[in-house]
Amino acid sequence: MAKTASVPKPPTPDKPRQSGRASTAASRRTAAGFVGGNRGTLGLVIKIILLGLFDAFAVWLVFAMSALQMWIPLAVTVVIAGLINWIYLGKGKRLPGKYLTPGVVFLVIFQIFVIFFSGYIAFTNYSDGHNSTKADAISAIQGAAQKRVPDSPTYAVNILRKDGQFYFIATDPKGVVSIGSDTQPLTEARNPTRDDTGAGTGLAGYETLTLSQVLSDQEKITAISVPVSSDPGGGSLRTDDASSAYLYKSDLAYDQKTDTFTDGSGAVYLDDGKGEFVTSGGQQLTPGWKIEVGFKNFTEAFTNTQLSGPLLRVTIWTSVFSIMSVLLTFALGLFLAMVLNHPTLRGKKLYRVLVILPYAFPVYLSGLVWAGLLNPEFGFVNQVLFGGAQIPWLTAPLLAQFSVILVNVWLGYPYMFLVCTGALQSLPEELNEAARVDGAGPWRAFRSIKLPLLLVSIAPLLIASFAFNFNNFNVIYMLTRGWPRFSDTTFDIGSTDLLITMVYKVAFGQGGARDYGLASALSILIFLLVGAISIIAFRRTKALEDIN
Amino acid sequence: MKVTPKARIAAAALLITALSSAALTGCSASSSTTSGTSTGSSTLTLWTDALRAPALKAVATQFKKDTGVTVKFVIKDFATVDQDFISQVPTGKGPDIIVSPHDKLGAYVQNGVVAPIQLGDSASKYAKVAIQAVTYDGNVYGLPYSIENIAMVRNTALAPTAAKTFDDLISTGKASVAAGSAKYPFLLGLDPKQGDPYHLYPLQTSFGSSVFAQNSDGSYDASNLTLGDPAGVKFAAALKTWGAEGILNPNITAEIAATSFENGEAPYLLTGPWNIGAIKKAGIKYAIDPLPSAGGEPAQPFLGINAFFVSAKSKNKVAATKFLVNYLGTDAVQEKLYEVGDRAPALTSAFRKISASNPDVQAFGKVGLNGVPMPSIPQMGSVWADWGSAELALIKGQGDPATVWKTAVANVKAKIAG
Repeated sequence: MAKTASVPKPPTPDKPRQSGRASTAASRRTAAGFVGGNRGTLGLVIKIILLGLFDAFAVWLVFAMSALQMWIPLAVTVVIAGLINWIYLGKGKRLPGKYLTPGVVFLVIFQIFVIFFSGYIAFTNYSDGHNSTKADAISAIQGAAQKRVPDSPTYAVNILRKDGQFYFIATDPKGVVSIGSDTQPLTEARNPTRDDTGAGTGLAGYETLTLSQVLSDQEKITAISVPVSSDPGGGSLRTDDASSAYLYKSDLAYDQKTDTFTDGSGAVYLDDGKGEFVTSGGQQLTPGWKIEVGFKNFTEAFTNTQLSGPLLRVTIWTSVFSIMSVLLTFALGLFLAMVLNHPTLRGKKLYRVLVILPYAFPVYLSGLVWAGLLNPEFGFVNQVLFGGAQIPWLTAPLLAQFSVILVNVWLGYPYMFLVCTGALQSLPEELNEAARVDGAGPWRAFRSIKLPLLLVSIAPLLIASFAFNFNNFNVIYMLTRGWPRFSDTTFDIGSTDLLITMVYKVAFGQGGARDYGLASALSILIFLLVGAISIIAFRRTKALEDIN
Repeated sequence: MKVTPKARIAAAALLITALSSAALTGCSASSSTTSGTSTGSSTLTLWTDALRAPALKAVATQFKKDTGVTVKFVIKDFATVDQDFISQVPTGKGPDIIVSPHDKLGAYVQNGVVAPIQLGDSASKYAKVAIQAVTYDGNVYGLPYSIENIAMVRNTALAPTAAKTFDDLISTGKASVAAGSAKYPFLLGLDPKQGDPYHLYPLQTSFGSSVFAQNSDGSYDASNLTLGDPAGVKFAAALKTWGAEGILNPNITAEIAATSFENGEAPYLLTGPWNIGAIKKAGIKYAIDPLPSAGGEPAQPFLGINAFFVSAKSKNKVAATKFLVNYLGTDAVQEKLYEVGDRAPALTSAFRKISASNPDVQAFGKVGLNGVPMPSIPQMGSVWADWGSAELALIKGQGDPATVWKTAVANVKAKIAG
C-alpha cells in the first residue's frame, strides 16, 4: 500500500501495517501519540519488565562469572546484553532487529552451538577413560590409590575445631583416645570427655563440631588425612562419615612439581601427552583425561584396516537402501494417492485412514513387531503366509536386505501418500482436460503432465527423504541390528548395517568403550557425504522449476 | 516530547534491573551461606528409577529427621542411567548417589566418576559375592542391596523330580515330548539375531569354561581371556550337538520361551525371578531347582548385583556415606527394596528373613551362592557380540565348533587390544 514514507499520513491504527518503512513512521507517531493509550502502556510495561528481568539475569551472570574468573564468557555476556538493550530501547532502523533477535538467539543456542560443539569433540579424545579434566583425573587416581590397611582397627572419631583448623579425636578399639590433624600426627589426648561407649568426644580448648556443622564442611572434613605417626610411611587416618575412621596407606604418590605419580616399587608414571599417565614400560593409570588430538579421529576412519574393507560395502548398501526406499515409497504412495483421489471412488476417507495407519505407529514398535512377524519358525509370515516354510527373512544376508527395505517401505509410504495427495489436489483440473482434448490417454497425461508438475513440489521432499533414510538408524537397529554379520572383520558390522549404525557400533560398541571423539568425526564425514549428494540433487531439481 | 518516553523506559528498566538483580544475588548469597554455615538445608541427590523411589521414601524421611539433610529423588531411565552418570559427573551436575547394576562399575572407575566407600565392619553382613561384585582394584565402591540370577524352573506336573545332570533333564524332557504331554523338552530364551551368552553361561561353566580368569579375591583378570581354552571348545561342540538335536532353538526368543512354559508346553525353563510372577499367574505348578551340570563341573550362573554408588564429585560425601551405610544397609530398607523388585536382598539378615517365608527367593538365592558376579571390567563389553554370534552360529549348525569358537575368541582379543 503506502510505500512512501516521505508523505506522512495521519496514523491509522486500525489498519494493518504494510511495510517496514511505513510502519516505522507509524510507530514513531504511535510511540508519541499512544503512550497514554491503553495498548501502548501495557506493551511498554511488559517491555520494561521483560527487559528488566533480562538485564537482571545478565547482571547476575556477570557477578557469578566474575566470581569464577570466567573473563571471556563475561565479556561475551556484556556485549550481548548491551546489544539486546540497544535493539529494544531504540527505534527506527533497529525495528527488524526486534523481531529477529529472539530467533537468532535460539538459533545460536540450539543449532550453531551444538554443531560447533560436536565439531570440536571430533578433535578431542573424549571417550570412556578420557572423560574429564586432568585435575579430576589426578584426584580420582589419588582417591583410588588410598587403600585401607588390611585388618587395621576401626577408630571412632569426632571432629574438633581450634583456630579454624580441624582435628580428629579418635578412639581405637582398646579405648585409647588420641588427637591429630593434617599437620599434627596422632598423639594421645589427656583427659578427654567421653560418651557412654567410651569414645572420646571433646577436649579442653577445642570445640566439638555438631553433626550439622560437620555437614556444612563435608568437603574439608573428608579431605583430612591425619598421620598416625611422624613416620610418613605409617599411613594416615581418614573418615568418610565423620564417625568412624580407618587407617589408609596410598600406593601412589603424586608430585606436583614434576607432574608424575610414583608407586611403591618406584615406577614413575609420566603424562605422555595423550591424556594419561603411563610408565616407560607402558603401564597406565586410569582414568585419563580429555585433550585435543587434532585430526587423529579422522585419519583413523581411513587407516584402520578392519574398517576400510567393510566401509565400501556398507556405503554401497546404504546408497541402495536409501535410493530403493525413496523410489519404492514414492511409487507406492503416489499410486495410492492417484487411486484414492479418483472423483468417483466411494469411502475415500476410510481408505485414506487405513492407508495412513502405519504412519501412526512409533518406528521402535513397528521394528520390533516386524522382527517378530519375520521370525523363521514362529513368525506370522512364515507360518501363515508361507505355510510353515522356514525362510530366514532376517538372518540370510540378501533376504535380510530385502526384508529391511520391505519394512521400511511399509513404514514410509504413508508419508509419500500424504504429500502426493496434497500435491495432486493442488494441480489444476484444466490441464488434465486440456491433455484429454489433445488426445492424450491416461498414462500419457500422467507421464507428461501430472508427474512433472508433481515433481516440482515433491522433488525437494524426495531429497529430504533420501537424507533421512541415509541415516535411518531406528529401522535397522530395531529389525536386524545390522546383522547378519560379516565374517571378515573383527567389528560387529553386518550386511544390513547403514553408515550411521556402523558409526554407532564402531564408536560405542567396541570394547564397551564409548568414543565420542571418533563418533563425532565419523558423523562429520557422513554429513559431508549427505550434504554433497543433497546439493547436487537440489541443483538438478532447479531444472524442474522451469516447467512452471 | 521525544526524549521523555525513552528516558522513562530506561529508568524503569534500570529500576527493575537493580531490584531483581538484588533479589537474585540475594538468593544466591543466602543459599551459599546456608549451605556454607548453617544447618538443615543441604540436599543429597539420588538417581533412581520409578520402581525403587517409593521404597526409599520412608528412609529418606527418617534421614531428614535425624540429620536435617533432604534426600531428593530424581527418576531416571534405568537403561541409560550409567551413560548419563558418566557424562554428567564431570560437569558437576551429576547426583550424589546413583542406583546401578554392578557390571557398570568398571566403566565408572575407568572414567573416575565413583568414589570408594568404606563399609568397615558392616561389610561382613553382606553376601560375599555381593561385596566382591562392588569391589574394583581392591576398593569397595558400592553398597549392594540385591542379587539376581537364573535357575532351572521345573513344571512339577511334567517332571516330578529335579534333574541331577543336564543329560537327565533332557531325557526326562524328551520322554514327556514323546508321551505327548509337552511340546519342547527344555526351553531357554535366545535371540535369533545375537544369541544369549548370559542364559547359556551355566551350561558353559559346567564344562569348566569361563570368560575371564578370576583372581583369588574374586575379581576378574582382564589380561587373561579364558574363553578360548579347551574347556570352551568342548562347550562349543556341545552347543552344536544340542542345536542339531533341537534342544536349543535359536528362533525361540525369551518371550516365546516364557509363553510356552506358561502354557505348560515344556517341563523346564531356564530363567530368572522376573518370569516367576507370570508363571504363577498362569497356574503352573513349579519348582525352582539348582542348575544341572552338563559337563561335570558345577554350573555357575552370572550374578547381577544392584548397588548404590557415591559420585566422585559429590560435595556431600559425609552425608552420602552415612545415608548409604547406616540407613540403606538395614533390614527394613533391603526388605522394602525386595518387595518392589522381587530380587534376593544382599544383606544376609534380610535375605534370611525373607527366604524363611518365600521359598522362591530362597531357591534362587541358593543357586546364586554358586554363581559368579558378572565381570564388571570394561573389557567385558568387547566380549558379548562375538561370543553370542559364535554360539548362535553353532546352534544353527554352521561351521566347525573349534574354528567358529577360536575365530570369535581371536576377534574378542583384537577388540580388547584396540
